Amino acid sequence: MPNSPSSMVNQYRLEEDEEEEQQQDADTKDIFITVDNPESHVTAIETFIMYRVLTKTTRSEFDSSEYEVRRRYQDFLWLRSRLEENHPTLIVHPLPEKFVMKGMVERFNDDFIETRRKALHRFLNKISEHPILSYSQHFKVFLTAQELTSHKKQGPGFLSRMGETVRAVANSVRGLRNRPEEFTLMQEYVEDFSNKICSVDKVTQRIIKEQREYLDELKQYDLAEPLKGVARCVEGCSKETEEQIQHLSEVLVPALHEYVLCAETLKAVMRRRDNIQAEFEAKNEALASRKPENQELQEEVDGLADRVELANNALKGDWSRWQKGMRTDLKSAFISTAEKNVDYYEKVALYRLASACSTTQLWSTEAAEWIFQEEID
Amino acid sequence: MAEDGKGEPVATDDDSEHLAVDGSSNNTMVEESCTLLRRMEICVAEAEKRSGKNAVNMQETFTVYLIETRPMDAVAEGRNPAPDSLWRRYSEFELLRSYLVVTYPYIVVPPLPEKRAEFVWHKLSADNMDPDFVERRRVGLENFLLRVASHPVLSNDKILYHFLTEEHGWKEVVYETGFQAKADSRLRALSATFRVRNTDKRFMDMKHYSDELQSHTSQLLRARARVADRLYGVFKVHGNYGRVFSEWSAIEKEMGDGLQSAGHHMDAYAASIDDILEEEEHYADQLKEYLFYAEALRAVCRKHELTQFELEMASQDLISKKQQREELATGCERFSFKGMTNKLFGQEAPEQREARLKLLEELIAEGEEAVKEKTVECEEHVERAWVDMQRFEEQKDKDLREALINYAVMQISMCKKGIQVWSNAKECFLKM
Repeated sequence: MPNSPSSMVNQYRLEEDEEEEQQQDADTKDIFITVDNPESHVTAIETFIMYRVLTKTTRSEFDSSEYEVRRRYQDFLWLRSRLEENHPTLIVHPLPEKFVMKGMVERFNDDFIETRRKALHRFLNKISEHPILSYSQHFKVFLTAQELTSHKKQGPGFLSRMGETVRAVANSVRGLRNRPEEFTLMQEYVEDFSNKICSVDKVTQRIIKEQREYLDELKQYDLAEPLKGVARCVEGCSKETEEQIQHLSEVLVPALHEYVLCAETLKAVMRRRDNIQAEFEAKNEALASRKPENQELQEEVDGLADRVELANNALKGDWSRWQKGMRTDLKSAFISTAEKNVDYYEKVALYRLASACSTTQLWSTEAAEWIFQEEID
Repeated sequence: MAEDGKGEPVATDDDSEHLAVDGSSNNTMVEESCTLLRRMEICVAEAEKRSGKNAVNMQETFTVYLIETRPMDAVAEGRNPAPDSLWRRYSEFELLRSYLVVTYPYIVVPPLPEKRAEFVWHKLSADNMDPDFVERRRVGLENFLLRVASHPVLSNDKILYHFLTEEHGWKEVVYETGFQAKADSRLRALSATFRVRNTDKRFMDMKHYSDELQSHTSQLLRARARVADRLYGVFKVHGNYGRVFSEWSAIEKEMGDGLQSAGHHMDAYAASIDDILEEEEHYADQLKEYLFYAEALRAVCRKHELTQFELEMASQDLISKKQQREELATGCERFSFKGMTNKLFGQEAPEQREARLKLLEELIAEGEEAVKEKTVECEEHVERAWVDMQRFEEQKDKDLREALINYAVMQISMCKKGIQVWSNAKECFLKM
């Protein structure tokens, strides 16, 4: 904890800057997207969910100021893969997972759909907040086109994507000669971060599990309690525990989960950056080993060198942006959890107080105050 | 928890005059307000492990408890004399209680703390040698002595006094009272319960009440233990947050400090459950006392059934003997062994008949005495037991209410700690 006046001033300034930035974002936000209204769609071949994507914008690139389209999960996948293709070293926010591995979760289970809807909403908003991705043509098409299928057919095909993957594997086998220090550090950080965020996620899941078991026993205890007044108190505590569990599931778990997926995205970004560098190095070495100067090859190598520089700069720029975003998101999720816990204990304390009062059959406020006061002293 | 007797302290000498040989007090009414606790400060100060040879000459480890006593007037006068003290083990307390139960069957005798840890919320505390268990037992034994020493009837018992003041030879004195011979056999008591006809309704109601008390309390204790177990799990998992946050803080620049200090609070949170549950054990102990009290209450009701049954048997016996005399006197004997032998071996002589009549008269006289005795025994038991059961009910209501309030206060305190931890954690998160 800082206690020197100057460090306190610094902290204050830092917070001020952040607030300013957030304020700027809020003021300059010119596009608002919501994902809602999931509806089941049945065709001859399959059943799937369609979500409504509503866009309101003042941007000049958009012909209209409001758009309403229906999209399915596959459409979101398409958008994301196009964004990643076009910007291989930018950090594109992850989508919610295709399936839930743990437990029997039906695809059309209400909770699952709602969780997914929220995550899809977040995804589009994160893209819209990104200074580069937000202006992507694919993004615009996704938000505005009534029919997406025709747009999906364009672009590099499956085979070329395969080719890229094969090259990537070959390059990674060769190994990288000179990875810049900062990217090595970044790589190490991403590894560590991935481990830590997964651990926090696991711990949180375990807490929820333990809370649920506690809640079950609490409900049994309620049944065993012979005194009516005390039983009602236990009932109240059960209700509060349920709410606490719900809050964890709805606020902290999705936030942590998002960043678990982000960690995987970061790893992929680092791999792609490495591949771009590897491709350049391979061609560069080939160039060096060819005795007669090859103009074509030289041009190719120059092109690849530019590509490397672009990729590195893109990543560097996006990296600090991502870190800030991570800090803000997780900070707010943790704060919300702490606030909920404080609220939980305050309510439970009141229920206990009520049970003490009912035991003494004193409902007067004086008695309540006395008991509380005794505790505060 | 135990109540002090009211009234002025009386010198020891006066009281010993009133004590009968078997230790029961004759003047319950006068003595009611002058209990041992008024005259003597009692506490179970310490517990120690000892080892020695047991009855079958095998080495064993056991715990002994230090009983300290001081005359109350010395304390009141401001003098601070060193207390008298002696060591007793749990089995000696058990012996004392058995003696009291047999000698005062109309009293709801305070129970001892449990012999073995039951309703445990965590596997660790099932061990009898566990220091926490020993400590709770020490408190329980002290509570037992305070309750007995403040009881209007029990506190005047001489054996109790010797238990508190004479370390050696106490056991022999207890056995010499021959109380073990007076103990009712289980079988007799059970048969009485089934075969008795006219019992006092109040006692039957009490018996039902004691059954309910026992069932409710054990259910509550079981549920509480399970809840405690689960709560332990919840708190301890938060300790993992402490570890992970600490590791995570090492790789973060701006977030590091906030995470690190939040992690410390999570560690503190996880550690706090141990004290919380230890305190809750006291509440559980208070409940357990009344669980065992239910058994003591039932014992008094069973004794009533037994005395009533014995009275009925004695009356029945007297009636049948009188009937026999009737038949013999009027000469028309119903089917009997004598009748059979008469038929087989011939009529008996008039002298023999006279002898039999005389014997019957003696038996009838004895029978009438027996009925008188049993009637008195039964009525006395009912009267005294009713008084003590009233006293017990009042004490129980007060104690259980107090226990519940203490429990609620304890829970509120736990909530306040929770509020503090999470408020602190929030402050740390804000600094992230």
